Amino acid sequence: MNINSIKRRTLLGAGLAGASMLAMPAVLRAQDRSLKVGVYGGYFKDSFDKNIFPEFTKATGIAIESVAEPTGEAWLVQLEQAARAGQAPADVSMMSQVAMLKGQATELWAPLDMAKIKNASHLLDRFINKYPDGRVAGIGAVSWYITLVTNTDVFKEAPTSWTAFWDPANADKLGLLALVSNSFLLEVTAKTFMGGTNALDTEEGILKAFEKLAEVKPNVRLWYRDEAQFEQALKSGEIPMGQYYHDVTGLAAADGHPVRSTFPKEGGIQDSGCWALSRASQKAEEAHIFIDYMSQPSIQATLSRKVGTSPTVKRESTDLTDKEFAAVSSDIEPIIPRYDLYQTKSDWLNQKWTELIVG
Amino acid sequence: MRREPPQTVGDYTPLLFPAAMLTIFFVVPFGTMIAVSFFQRQQGGFYTPAFVFDNYARFLTAFFGGVLGFSLMMAIAVAICCVVLALPFTYMLTRMARSVQVVWLVALLSVLSLSEVIIGFAWSTLFSRTAGITNILVALGLMGEAKALTPSFAAVLTGMVYQAFPYTVLVLFPALVRLDPTLTEAARTLGASPLKAFFTVVVPALRNTIVATLIMVFIFALGSYLLPQLLGRPQHWTLSVLITDQAIYQSNMPFAAAMAVFLVLVTLGLVALTVIAGRKGEAA
Repeated sequence: MNINSIKRRTLLGAGLAGASMLAMPAVLRAQDRSLKVGVYGGYFKDSFDKNIFPEFTKATGIAIESVAEPTGEAWLVQLEQAARAGQAPADVSMMSQVAMLKGQATELWAPLDMAKIKNASHLLDRFINKYPDGRVAGIGAVSWYITLVTNTDVFKEAPTSWTAFWDPANADKLGLLALVSNSFLLEVTAKTFMGGTNALDTEEGILKAFEKLAEVKPNVRLWYRDEAQFEQALKSGEIPMGQYYHDVTGLAAADGHPVRSTFPKEGGIQDSGCWALSRASQKAEEAHIFIDYMSQPSIQATLSRKVGTSPTVKRESTDLTDKEFAAVSSDIEPIIPRYDLYQTKSDWLNQKWTELIVG
Repeated sequence: MRREPPQTVGDYTPLLFPAAMLTIFFVVPFGTMIAVSFFQRQQGGFYTPAFVFDNYARFLTAFFGGVLGFSLMMAIAVAICCVVLALPFTYMLTRMARSVQVVWLVALLSVLSLSEVIIGFAWSTLFSRTAGITNILVALGLMGEAKALTPSFAAVLTGMVYQAFPYTVLVLFPALVRLDPTLTEAARTLGASPLKAFFTVVVPALRNTIVATLIMVFIFALGSYLLPQLLGRPQHWTLSVLITDQAIYQSNMPFAAAMAVFLVLVTLGLVALTVIAGRKGEAA
């Protein structure tokens, strides 16, 4: 009996191993050149797979294997641990600004050779991510705005300023992002009431901003982590005001939902993703060609039209019409998040923030 | 069937598989978590192996104490609500015809197939101002105008009781089916009303089952982290929500691990206390 059961188990094991070998993804066709690119899974990856990557392969002969990466910092952790083992789950990845800084701390990003990325000359300066010693760690891939959004049935007039969040008339009407590092409300507070995000240079200034931000609490109905939750409530008018992504709100409005996105006079919050190359990658040559290709004004314009992102290159260099540009961006000077704070003071900020909203 | 203690080493082999599974999927991950909870957090980076108590020290504040207290209180409230609702319900269910029981049990099992996300979104719609149940009350003339019932503590409690209720019934069902009907018949013959018979005979006879069910629902509810976010205000967030924040959004694994270890220890402590109290009660 014992012998039998062992045999059966061994057999089962062999069967499993066989099955998993069969189930392994078909290895990329024998292309001379290929590149693994990590992009945020879901809408982003689908859009890139459909609109961008096939054209790139056609133009350069380099096959792209796109990898769905999770948002948040989970992907950074995976890249970091793989790099320690000399592996690169993706050669080039789209990374958030905070993740870029954290990766810099461990020299995760291979420095980019700007001589091979001619199109970088079109980029806005803030989209070139540098190591403290000046080496280039990443190049702006796409950017997007978080703006002041309202339900048009409830708010007939569009609000013009972030101060609407503080208006006592809006009690229990707001939906705001739940984390200090993705809502960027400290920056909004500093820009709106304290003359600019430089006010956050000192801990004193940050505490002042927290104090001012605490006044918003009675107006907040929902602190959301899950975007779908707020989007649905905004469309139905259940939660008629809040902060949300400009591109998605535009798509919802185009579908006929009673929503609008407004760039407040203090500016929308501009967040962005960078292309970064893992130090463990063997495909530096292809990676540079890819990043150069993606930095072309025409590709950035295509991204704006098809994916709804804001260009990382200067507006004049693109052929976007006024209407197309307004759909994804604004000429009002944006609020740029203080990414440095989320690296150097992240735990302290997180603690204060949690105490602010939970307490 | 003859039962005898295992004679040879070979007789223990059937245990190998569950033991290996338990080791691989529980002991090793839990051990890793305990180890990580003592690691040094690198702000703006990851963590380095070390043996420090910083992560526990950060947790031992009035703020986190409050959150922990709330989480435990919430789980206890859910457990009590579930058992209070499920015990009479299951008792009546066991008295019904077989075919009726099957229909009820299938319906309850189908609730189990719903994910926490679906339950959360469904209840937040039911409790909303624009599409919720208060609109029906307005239509019936019972209320002046529709209002939102979420976010609130009651909304979180409702969602969590709804989620845990089928488990409660399924755990209570076998014990109630096996309950000797002559016990209640005797009570009735001696003049007790059905209600009195239920409370003086059925409930005491099931004491151990009820305690076990309370503990199971309590532990089940303690792990909930989505419903408090979907249906509650930040002050209704459980410790599990903050653990998720630290682990996923702050990549602060050591602190998340320390909080999780603390939560497990407190839970085990409470369960142990309940069991000891139960034994003492039995001895008395």
